[in-house]
Amino acid sequence: MPAPAQRRIIFQHIDEPGYTNDLACYVKHGGYEILKKSVARPPAEIMDEVKKSGLRGRGGAGFPCGFKWSLVDRKSGKPIYLVVNADESEPGTFKDRYIIHQDPHQLIEGIMITCFANNVKQAYIYIRGEFPHGARILEQAIAEARAAHFCGPNVLGTAYGCEIYVHRGAGAYICGEETGLIESLEGKRPYPRIKPPYFPAVLGLYQCPTIVNNVETLCHVKYIADVGGDAYAKIGTPNNTGTRLLCVSGHVQKPGYYEYEVGKITLGELLYEVCGGPLPGRKFKAVIPGGSSAKILKFGESFTLKNKDGSMRTLTVEDIPMDFDTLAACGTMGGSGGVIVMDDSTDMVAALANINAFYAHESCGQCTPCREGSLWMKKISTRMVHDTARAEDGALLKSVADQIAGRTICAFGEACSWPTQSFIAKFGDEFKAYPEAKKAVKPAGALDLV
Amino acid sequence: MIAPPKPDLVTVNIDGREIAVPKGTNVIEAARLVGVDVPHYCYHPKLTVVGNCRMCLIEMGLPAVDPATKAPIADPATGKQKINWIPRPQIGCATYASPGLHIRTQTPQVKDCREGVMEFLLINHPLDCPICDQAGECKLQEQSTGYGRGYSRFIEQKNVKPKRTLLGSRVMLDDERCILCSRCIRFSKEIAKDDVLGFIDRGSYSTLTCYPGKKLENNYSLNTVDICPVGALTSTDFRFKMRVWFLKQTNSIDTETSVGANTVVWSREGQIYRITPRRNDEVNDTWMPDSGRELYKTVRAPDRLTAIKVNGVDSGLDIAVHAAAEIFKASAGALAVVGSGRSSVEEQFLTKKLAAALQAPAQLVSRVGKGDDILVSADRNPNVRGALVTGLIASLPEPKLTDLASQIDAGRIKAVVAINEDLAAAGLTATQLAKVSIVHLGTHASATSAAAKVVLPTLTVFEKSGTFVNQQFRIQKFFQAVPAAAGATDDLVVLAKLVAAAGGPSLASDLASLWKIIAAEVSALGTMTFANLPETGLLLDATPWAALPFAEGATLHHKPAQPAAAATA
Repeated sequence: MPAPAQRRIIFQHIDEPGYTNDLACYVKHGGYEILKKSVARPPAEIMDEVKKSGLRGRGGAGFPCGFKWSLVDRKSGKPIYLVVNADESEPGTFKDRYIIHQDPHQLIEGIMITCFANNVKQAYIYIRGEFPHGARILEQAIAEARAAHFCGPNVLGTAYGCEIYVHRGAGAYICGEETGLIESLEGKRPYPRIKPPYFPAVLGLYQCPTIVNNVETLCHVKYIADVGGDAYAKIGTPNNTGTRLLCVSGHVQKPGYYEYEVGKITLGELLYEVCGGPLPGRKFKAVIPGGSSAKILKFGESFTLKNKDGSMRTLTVEDIPMDFDTLAACGTMGGSGGVIVMDDSTDMVAALANINAFYAHESCGQCTPCREGSLWMKKISTRMVHDTARAEDGALLKSVADQIAGRTICAFGEACSWPTQSFIAKFGDEFKAYPEAKKAVKPAGALDLV
Repeated sequence: MIAPPKPDLVTVNIDGREIAVPKGTNVIEAARLVGVDVPHYCYHPKLTVVGNCRMCLIEMGLPAVDPATKAPIADPATGKQKINWIPRPQIGCATYASPGLHIRTQTPQVKDCREGVMEFLLINHPLDCPICDQAGECKLQEQSTGYGRGYSRFIEQKNVKPKRTLLGSRVMLDDERCILCSRCIRFSKEIAKDDVLGFIDRGSYSTLTCYPGKKLENNYSLNTVDICPVGALTSTDFRFKMRVWFLKQTNSIDTETSVGANTVVWSREGQIYRITPRRNDEVNDTWMPDSGRELYKTVRAPDRLTAIKVNGVDSGLDIAVHAAAEIFKASAGALAVVGSGRSSVEEQFLTKKLAAALQAPAQLVSRVGKGDDILVSADRNPNVRGALVTGLIASLPEPKLTDLASQIDAGRIKAVVAINEDLAAAGLTATQLAKVSIVHLGTHASATSAAAKVVLPTLTVFEKSGTFVNQQFRIQKFFQAVPAAAGATDDLVVLAKLVAAAGGPSLASDLASLWKIIAAEVSALGTMTFANLPETGLLLDATPWAALPFAEGATLHHKPAQPAAAATA
């Protein structure tokens, strides 16, 4: 059966010849019409549509967007802020940048609809420092939109007004964690806050109720405001509605970004048909389905899952539909949609050393297990690759990871320990045999550890 | 005394034991009440909760209720309400008592969490306990013994960080020992109001440092050393001087202002090595000013008075007292007594007796400076209120003895008993000092001791016991930490002898007996004895003196009844 066709909602105009990121082009393609429609509606109606749509956050956790909005404290009398999480830092993920670079007005329209629905008067786009070009594009786009009264005071001649500001990060992965992001936006070190009590919906930016949404999520909101929640809920699969941007990188013939209805395409279809399969002469070995912090899947393993009616089904890795729930049931996650593929040429120890180096570098250092554990894991795996490996190092790595996950302030603890836990669980033999295997091949350019 | 409002109590269950605690008490404090130790590093009862060390992880459960009806769900096994245990461990410091909260601190998961955190904290720690000043009072040592695995699995290179960084003149930082608990940062920001500390770099390479161009130089900087759970911050004054386990701890009071911060004096073989704050939630919490920690240096100062002198010649106590008696007789009717706000309540009581026996007016010298709104108040005398309570004085003292000076000039005063005060500093000129016969009780050399006919060296606060009444009218005890310096005599002994020499009653000079007399004569202290005064002091009824214009402004735990009088000095 051939793979289903892409359904491009968010990426409708991405890479379209002649489509530019200025306001005129966006308006020519029907832009801001949905905002015009929306500001004439009662805000509660839009919130209701989003709730009905079943939209789940596209940043990584898959938290239901409408429910997130409903948690916001609207009785405090404090202003409500919208913070747009454009700190797209998860390795393997490259979707938001295309929206920002090629279709920024789509995001701005989504922001404005969200702000209007939630009575937000100030929105901040927190964009990662490594996207200087994207920040300039967004600022230009906001200026254009403001001049045309799509944002700023008196939006489209109504009494409603909302300002959008772009804030550039300084290059830290942890700023993608929503409370770390808020701290950074307030001008502090991005130390994630303890929850309870600092849930953004109640005590967020400047201790005011705050909604933090991903760039892609807000673009979906725009679409939902157009077609309605019920119509949107029919896209994708139940509880996994809409479309999803998938970023495929690694050892495939055609890496790239694709948009599919959630759950309508399997991992196998994505990799073999859409991405053209493995490189010539190679075989797939493993795949990380949702950004580098998601647990790795090993080709050849299978999962026995319970159906709704109580019967059981068995899935191979290739059979897994790319939705939130099935991936979670298979012990990993849809995450940020970054699919990282590794073929049989991959040295799993070296691959883990690479991931561990990233997380050790990005740990903010606030709480003990992640701060010390992430660097320790990096030191072990780097030593295994570049210096003496021991047969017991795999078990030690797993034990260190087990001491981190679930014991930290923020989800970084899981993000940095899940790769190690899953690599050891699925490729433990490779780690055990590594000292012997290394004797055979000395890696080129290996650095001596001091 | 006004009873505190009854707190809203809730019952929580800790390791199977039920206890009622005020709502909002965190698990660490609640567990302490039932004698359960929840180890922690970053949590400090007087600072904000950040939850970063993760040492206090515990298991937490809440009573199960039906989501729809809110009716309790019973556990069929026990018949009691079912407890829903949260699978993830929670931090005790940020988990607050709520009705029916259940806590487990002795499960395999909690043990594993503690072992894990201990291991993580130690992998990059230099483990240099043998040369570390914190050894013996180090939370890392104590908790790795109590909760660690006892062996290391770490074979990699440890991180290298700056050693011996001077954060300010009094605080030295060893970044490799730092466990990044951020207590010092929070203290500087929240209590000292001097936001100079922060972390740079990230992850395991995070490093504590002062902000560029800043120094940790405020008068509270050494509190960061006290609250540092490890040996990262050490006192430049104390480091490498003495192992803490050799030191004897004696409860004392900071005498530099009327705040009366509670302190501990650490000494060995008659020598004091350091002074640290002692927790008193009504006075100084767990803090004290740096300036008060230096006071022990006065004990062995070179200008200490160490010999009884009569007319400049070394003498003995009884001869000196006899000489004083001669002066009293010769100048009868033309005598003045200058007492001190730095003397203890007991000494002030005897001073009052002396003044009565001599039929001489008694006065004090005030010392007023600028308060810092934290733990240094405007009144630099620790015990002016003691003099009010004992009746030595009835109104607040002046900074200068102008009245006494004019009386001397007029020839109406021929002899002065100066107790713990330098008359020259209080405004008397050398000519005026020369015109009168002075009997001086004091600790350090001054113009007065040089001019005095009779010099009776007495004790510093560290060499005697007694009480002070602080700005809250809280009477607080201090104890003798070290033996009296050679040549110095206990103030109470000297005063009692002088009272007798002046023709007054024969009074006891030991605290227990003296307090019997004090309790009988001073109504405000009527029911007390020295022994039964609580360690944290006792509030006296201040209403008789409520109208006096005290100099103090607001400080930690003290708000003046009326606006502070303008500082006059």
